[in-house]
Amino acid sequence: MLILTCPCCGVSAEETEFAAGGEAHITRFGPGASDEEFRDYLFARENPKGVHFERWRHAYGCGKWFHAARCTVTLEVFGTYSAQTLEPPLAIRDAIAARRPGWTWGAAE
Amino acid sequence: MKRYSAFAVAREALRYHKGWGRAWRAPEPKARYDVIIVGAGGHGLATAYYLGKNFGITNVAILEKGWLGGGNTGRNTTIIRSNYLQDSSAAIFEKARSLYEDLSQDLNYNVMFSPRGCLMLAQTQSEVRGYERTAHANALQGVETEWVGPERVKELLPIINLDGPRYPVLGGLWQARAGTARHDAVAWGYARACSDMGMDIIQNCEVTGVMRAGGKVTGVSTTRGEIGCDKLGMVVAGHSGVLADLAGFRLPIESVALQALVSEPVKPLIDIVVMANTVHGYMSQSDKGELVIGGGTDSFNNYSQRGSYHHIEHTLAALIETFPIISRIKMLRQWGGIVDMTGDRSPILSKTPVEGIFVNCGWGTGGFKAIPGSGWAFAELMARGQSPLAEEFSLDRFTEGRFIDESVAAGVAH
Repeated sequence: MLILTCPCCGVSAEETEFAAGGEAHITRFGPGASDEEFRDYLFARENPKGVHFERWRHAYGCGKWFHAARCTVTLEVFGTYSAQTLEPPLAIRDAIAARRPGWTWGAAE
Repeated sequence: MKRYSAFAVAREALRYHKGWGRAWRAPEPKARYDVIIVGAGGHGLATAYYLGKNFGITNVAILEKGWLGGGNTGRNTTIIRSNYLQDSSAAIFEKARSLYEDLSQDLNYNVMFSPRGCLMLAQTQSEVRGYERTAHANALQGVETEWVGPERVKELLPIINLDGPRYPVLGGLWQARAGTARHDAVAWGYARACSDMGMDIIQNCEVTGVMRAGGKVTGVSTTRGEIGCDKLGMVVAGHSGVLADLAGFRLPIESVALQALVSEPVKPLIDIVVMANTVHGYMSQSDKGELVIGGGTDSFNNYSQRGSYHHIEHTLAALIETFPIISRIKMLRQWGGIVDMTGDRSPILSKTPVEGIFVNCGWGTGGFKAIPGSGWAFAELMARGQSPLAEEFSLDRFTEGRFIDESVAAGVAH
């Protein structure tokens, strides 16, 4: 059972209170995208065995979307942060690097 | 290979069973093979078997990072059925089901295929319409299924509570020739037959890199050294994304945990496979008497082979409503496997951006039933470069929007 903290309302709760929304930081290609780019936007996923950035919604709480950094092997949650960003904030990246020496943002992508 | 037979059992009984040999060899890897299959689960071993049997390609190695059949092949609920809506799905699943019928004879290994029938319950009006449609589609596809009313459901399944408070049973889709098989025996039988053809099954051998030259595969590096090959087949289910990453491409796959559980053994209670897709649970009884129960997947990416407790709680709550008799049965054990989910919940049997690399994955929550058909089609794809059964399941479909949408057609459990 995962325990996540919603960065929007500050509530820590079990995963049943949240709804998983898949990989975070996926760039939507605009007009003029090729078929391959649009396929990748829709379907291609990093699906890493390790550090994963993902979207969650506080479905049975404040209802807001947010992002989480989590390990898909140990299920350890490194932290949660606002969805209003294009990449994970420095504090989250530091928290991951502290637990996973050698890990850098971009290396997993 | 010594053939198994009643005569062999009698002969060994007189010799204190000292004459049985190994079912498969444990060879050292050679420097080079024509074909390397990564993943010695059901699908990988079936692929190797049909490469040898149908195409005479026997210079094959099957690499396995753990032990043979220790992934999802050993973790599923052993259901075999082919009542799918889409033509391409019905074709490959029906091929698999028909191969299961005489697989024991073909492999000279008892896979204990039990065509006990599978009933998919309809508990909402939309499910009634959906299954009636599937029954009509199956009639056109040559898959024998029929829509049955509540009286017949009660006849097939005396322990059912038809007028459940939330979801009364309105009928069901009945496939009499569906059933179950012994999951481990399927892997073991294929392994024995592959080894007999001279193929090398190499366990405890994890692939750590894919060697390429000029956009073409040349071999793999493993924990037991480098091994060369002309063709590489990736058949690793939940870890397909990890392996694709080593080969330098991405797949439309997400890995999530799917759980199953069994109860304590009880007297015969249910002699068919039943699936309740609205409430999301499915159940059959093993030969030992345990109720084998499966439910839904977790919603988040996971490689841990452990699922969330609330999923099994939800599955059991739903089943108890429809089968009140099981409410006091204790659960014996529970486990999880990592399934590879595609965007349209249909498998991928395809060439890849790297020449010589073929991928067979994306079977998601329903791979066991497909093992012989998947191996048959994938072997043909690897040997000839194309296969009628695999054609629709290529990676191109995600670019072209040519989906085989079984997530809608099959409901959830599939």
